[in-house]
Amino acid sequence: MPWQTLTRPLRRHPVRPPDSGIARRKSIWERIHIDPWLLGLLVILMAGGLLVLYSASGQRIESVIAQAIRFGVALAVMAFLAQLSPTTFLRWAPIAYGAGVVMLLAVEIAGDIGMGAKRWLEIPGVIRFQPSEMMKLAVPLMVAAYLNRCQLPPRLRDIVVCAVIIGLPVVLTAIQPDLGTSLLVASAAVIVVLLAGLSWRLIGFVGALLGACVPILWMNMHNYQRQRVLTFLDPESDPLGSGWNIIQSTTAIGSGGLWGKGWLEGTQSQLEFLPERHTDFIIAVLGEEFGLVGMLILLALYLMIVGRGLWLAASSQDTFGRLFAGSIILTFFIYVFVNVGMVSGILPVVGVPLPLVSYGGTSSVTLLAGFGILMSIHAHRRLLPR
Amino acid sequence: MPQRRDTLKNSEQELRIFRVRTLLAVLVVATLTSLLVGRLAYLQIVQHEIYTTRSEKNRVRVEPLPPNRGLIYDRNGVLLAENRPTYNLTLVRERVDSLDETLALLVELLELPEEDVEAFNVRSRQRQRPFQPALLMSDLSEEQIARLAVNRHRLPGVEVEAQLLRYYPDSEVMAHTLGYVGRINVEELQSLDAGRYAGTHFIGKTGVERFYEEELHGEAGLRKVETNARGRVLRELGRTDPVPGENITLTIDKSLQTLAYELMDGRRGSIVAIAPATGEILAMVSTPGFDSNQFVTGIDVASYRGLQEDLDLPLFNRSIRGHYPPGSTIKPFLALAGLADGVITPDSTINDPGYYQLPNDSRRYRNWLRWGHGRVDLERSLAVSNNTYYYTLAHDLGIDNLDKRMSGFGFGQRVAYDVQGESSGLMPSREWKRERFNQPWYPGETLSVGIGQGYWQVTPLQLASATATLANRGHWVKPRLALQIGGEPLPQDLPNTLDDIQLENDAWWDRVFSGMEKVLNGSEGTARRTGVGLEYRMGGKSGTAQVFSLGQDQRYNADELEERLRDHALFMAFAPVDDPQIAVSVIVENAGGGSTHAAHLARAMTDAWLLKDEAPDAEDVREVLQEDNAQVEGN
Repeated sequence: MPWQTLTRPLRRHPVRPPDSGIARRKSIWERIHIDPWLLGLLVILMAGGLLVLYSASGQRIESVIAQAIRFGVALAVMAFLAQLSPTTFLRWAPIAYGAGVVMLLAVEIAGDIGMGAKRWLEIPGVIRFQPSEMMKLAVPLMVAAYLNRCQLPPRLRDIVVCAVIIGLPVVLTAIQPDLGTSLLVASAAVIVVLLAGLSWRLIGFVGALLGACVPILWMNMHNYQRQRVLTFLDPESDPLGSGWNIIQSTTAIGSGGLWGKGWLEGTQSQLEFLPERHTDFIIAVLGEEFGLVGMLILLALYLMIVGRGLWLAASSQDTFGRLFAGSIILTFFIYVFVNVGMVSGILPVVGVPLPLVSYGGTSSVTLLAGFGILMSIHAHRRLLPR
Repeated sequence: MPQRRDTLKNSEQELRIFRVRTLLAVLVVATLTSLLVGRLAYLQIVQHEIYTTRSEKNRVRVEPLPPNRGLIYDRNGVLLAENRPTYNLTLVRERVDSLDETLALLVELLELPEEDVEAFNVRSRQRQRPFQPALLMSDLSEEQIARLAVNRHRLPGVEVEAQLLRYYPDSEVMAHTLGYVGRINVEELQSLDAGRYAGTHFIGKTGVERFYEEELHGEAGLRKVETNARGRVLRELGRTDPVPGENITLTIDKSLQTLAYELMDGRRGSIVAIAPATGEILAMVSTPGFDSNQFVTGIDVASYRGLQEDLDLPLFNRSIRGHYPPGSTIKPFLALAGLADGVITPDSTINDPGYYQLPNDSRRYRNWLRWGHGRVDLERSLAVSNNTYYYTLAHDLGIDNLDKRMSGFGFGQRVAYDVQGESSGLMPSREWKRERFNQPWYPGETLSVGIGQGYWQVTPLQLASATATLANRGHWVKPRLALQIGGEPLPQDLPNTLDDIQLENDAWWDRVFSGMEKVLNGSEGTARRTGVGLEYRMGGKSGTAQVFSLGQDQRYNADELEERLRDHALFMAFAPVDDPQIAVSVIVENAGGGSTHAAHLARAMTDAWLLKDEAPDAEDVREVLQEDNAQVEGN
């Protein structure tokens, strides 16, 4: 019964005259369902990212080209998803979610062991990917779809259902073990519930509960995860081991000063001091070579994307669209905050790449797929049944 | 419709909740962003001075520690490839003020000839990962090290680096099989794992060194050092030790290998010996050899050109890449194919008038003995190497069956497990000819194939491997070079082994073996002089291969021309027949005088392996060969 009701047409927005849209001719952007502002900002961000990557990868043009190709693929995925109607996502949410959970179980049973953790699923010669990556979208999609058919603010019963929907994949991801991704999946889904109007009493209660869970979590963490937390609390305690990353990245950023040392001129980044300088720590290269000014420009770009995204979310006509769009965009901000925070030494080192700047394909595709759905939600407003 | 009103009310409420929550989210985003901005401003403005000092004064550098390359031993633990401590000259381009000046100064200090300046230029400008030392010169002398030490202050970015350098004690004997390491070149750099090869300058280029590169290389370590602004190391902060590469024990027996090399006595050719039961390659020699140590330090242009332009092709690994017509050495395999296919029985005979004629064809395909051998059965056909018997056999089999059966012995394909750069030889077939020449297969060509001529080409390794299979009564074992890797034995069952060859009657193997024994001990045997005084049962088969033409771009003087047009001598053998311990193939290019030369060498190999210390040495064999040279005999 619940699954059937899920696929009912979207609940209608309160009656309001469509804002003069009938008379106006549709612009080209409206016809291809792409938001030009968001697209423009994303492209600027990606172009800047490639510039930094060239420097961070030791001036290997091959890496830049590879990354540009990935961006191309990611943009194509975004454009494709933007063409689909939000109803489609609503309909596919349980299927994507179910498939994702099955794949996470498959990884647990038969997954390829890479980097000491089971994260990859591979059909040899055909495809190889991380199901947990897909869950970054599928879980919030599922929660938004579920809440779409509930009365909001959600009652306790709905919240329990949501907790189960969120908990299952998060636990499966965490035991891979990939704590970073599982937390990101969890936060994306929890944001949906928060935006839906989770009562403050409950928020306070859960917060207290989580606080109480910290010791238990600590007991169950892998050694390297604990080490990361300890190092964060006192990087100087282990200057050659895990503290190395933080000391080196803060040195790189700090020595950049206001204006930076100039593109390709960063001594810390161009030397082999910086670890993972083209992936998770790429912003240290930016900080060193372009200084505080460069950092502020980057942050401003991110903020503009978040601002535009929230605007699109708020102008969405139905609960599902609002909740999901809001979650996508706020998760995006969390990535930025966690990455910059970790590289600049105010957060522990967790493996979160800088969105659309760090070298790597999977996360870019996931991010832009999310933006694609966001654009679809926005662009198909007037196509909804009235 | 109370539901509907409910919905309407809720929608408004939902929107309100969402807007409130979104507003809160915006506040959170703003707060967190200001936190980041605050932190960045603190690092980049307030603490800028501190970090600048930290980044410029005392730099911390991560230096790779290359692993020691695994050693290579022969089957008895004799060292074949070792690492010798040497001093290398390296240069970090990014730390050099003026590259041209530095290079000029180096050439002057080291008293190098002008040509080397160019080589220095190329090596120092070769694309590298930033701040990786480029290897300019290996194996510095004591004096050169001293000169560099004195002038160190004038040479920032230049380092004398102690490194272990590969050394091959028996380089000429082992050169082709063992291969050698050389400097990593630009193409290799592209495909290498940068982390694993940080600080490694050498990589296996050929042979075992190449095939087992992964195992021999090991894992690089790291050390973190504090340096001054000029890049000099002040102190070590910590290190991860490198993991040395695995030592490899080969199946090669160095004394047998050396004997094989000496037996060739400066002639061109190859000897391959295999232990049939296990497929272990006991010896694999291609002559002439070369000094592989030259390639480790970087061979100079003149020497390299000399090696390349040498008409004897010393760099060419004949054992695995030389294509030779197998001649009569493949007759035992054809006999087995005939038995397996039911075309002949061990007792069926033919009458040999000295030639064979195809039906409706006037052309006569000749036996090597003009007047023929008369009545010939299986065993006699092998002992006297009768051609007519095999023309008949090949014609009755037909090319398709023949191709299929011979492929079952490994002809026309790569046979070994871990031999780098092996060639597949050529087993002609109807399809091959159509593809290659776009021509149909003619029946006469089947006859040529029947006596190992025509398009058929084998490598010495293939011939030895097929002989080992025959000695095993059809049981296929893949030839291999590694006995142990890091102390662990290789698995016995290697992948992609061919199917065993089955005969209807197991006793037929003995009839073929008997024929092969008569080659050496029969009164008519083609190698009967070689078989004199055998202390064990040995089976073999002789062969000669005609040299049809020489390469057009090669110039020879008259004497040389005559020498290079002589037939190749071939011999394949195994012993003891009742419990095969060794299978050998011998090819002596342009030996002349029929196959006897190769037969003597094959006997010397089996003697050495089976009789150990009591076997005659290379010098004794040389005397026998000289006596023999007076007499000349056919196949």
